[in-house]
Amino acid sequence: MKDSLTLAGKEINNRLFIGTGKFPSKEILKKVLAQAQSEVVTVALRRIDLESKEDNILDFIPKNCQILTNTSGARTAKEAIRIARLAKACGCGDWIKLEVISDNKYLLPDNLETIEATKVLASEGFKIFAYMSPDLSVAKKLIQVKATAIMPLGSPIGSKRGVKTKELVKILIKEIDAPIIVDAGIGYPSEAAECMELGCSAVLVNTAIATAKDPVEMAVSFDLAVKAGRLACRNVNQETSEFAKASSPLTGFLRDE
Amino acid sequence: MALKIKINGKSQVLEKAMTLFDLIKAKGLNQNRIAIEYNQNIIDKDSLSGILIKENDSIEIVNFIGGGR
Repeated sequence: MKDSLTLAGKEINNRLFIGTGKFPSKEILKKVLAQAQSEVVTVALRRIDLESKEDNILDFIPKNCQILTNTSGARTAKEAIRIARLAKACGCGDWIKLEVISDNKYLLPDNLETIEATKVLASEGFKIFAYMSPDLSVAKKLIQVKATAIMPLGSPIGSKRGVKTKELVKILIKEIDAPIIVDAGIGYPSEAAECMELGCSAVLVNTAIATAKDPVEMAVSFDLAVKAGRLACRNVNQETSEFAKASSPLTGFLRDE
Repeated sequence: MALKIKINGKSQVLEKAMTLFDLIKAKGLNQNRIAIEYNQNIIDKDSLSGILIKENDSIEIVNFIGGGR
């Protein structure tokens, strides 16, 4: 059964997006990406270290993966715009996970600066995946300024505390006519499955996989969970009842009259 | 004549005049994998050999690293 997601005109068949930070080694990252068959992979941009020759992360990401560059490190819209333009100049396309963070304690996004940067970058043709604190009016404004997708946080980055923002994410899924992709905070496959059951278009996971005892097995687990959640979303009957509804006949057929 | 410049925020001295292309080559970098900002302007890689580095120039060289959430 084909159930692809179209993002910026591109067909994506795997709804588990994987972040490439914090892995014990690049070889393990390579195995994780091969095993999970993720099609959208995030990377970050940094000043090159001229003193040490490091392996290039791109050598460990399959060529058919769509690179989604994170603007991590940007504290203002201006810095995020600069990072996005540099990322494009690196030659890996124009998909940007726009992240503008001025708070170092909780790493919560600055929604206003994010709208500002989205406006500029989307007008230049960038495909913007806007990381945001889930808020309906902010999401609407992001769509007005042509964001490709909305990425509400589940809980603080790297915290693995789960989707604490569930009720707000549900509102976004219901009201926003664009892909909603939960990003940050997902610690367990069950949480990824729940996001998908709720109707998210995809989830982005990094820390929970990268810091697992066996990242490859954890990636498989997340892949299965995302697939299960998506299937459930397409097929669930949401009707509930206060009282029991027997699924077998209740007549005591062995009883005497 | 030696030139004082900044690369990635750090002061450096170039012993001789060179173009951005020469600099990238001298540092052993693969130009397909990096982006270069020259005095805050992103430089098209085809233009690297036409830009002669001057005293007090500021050059940023970036590449991708692992990152996500």
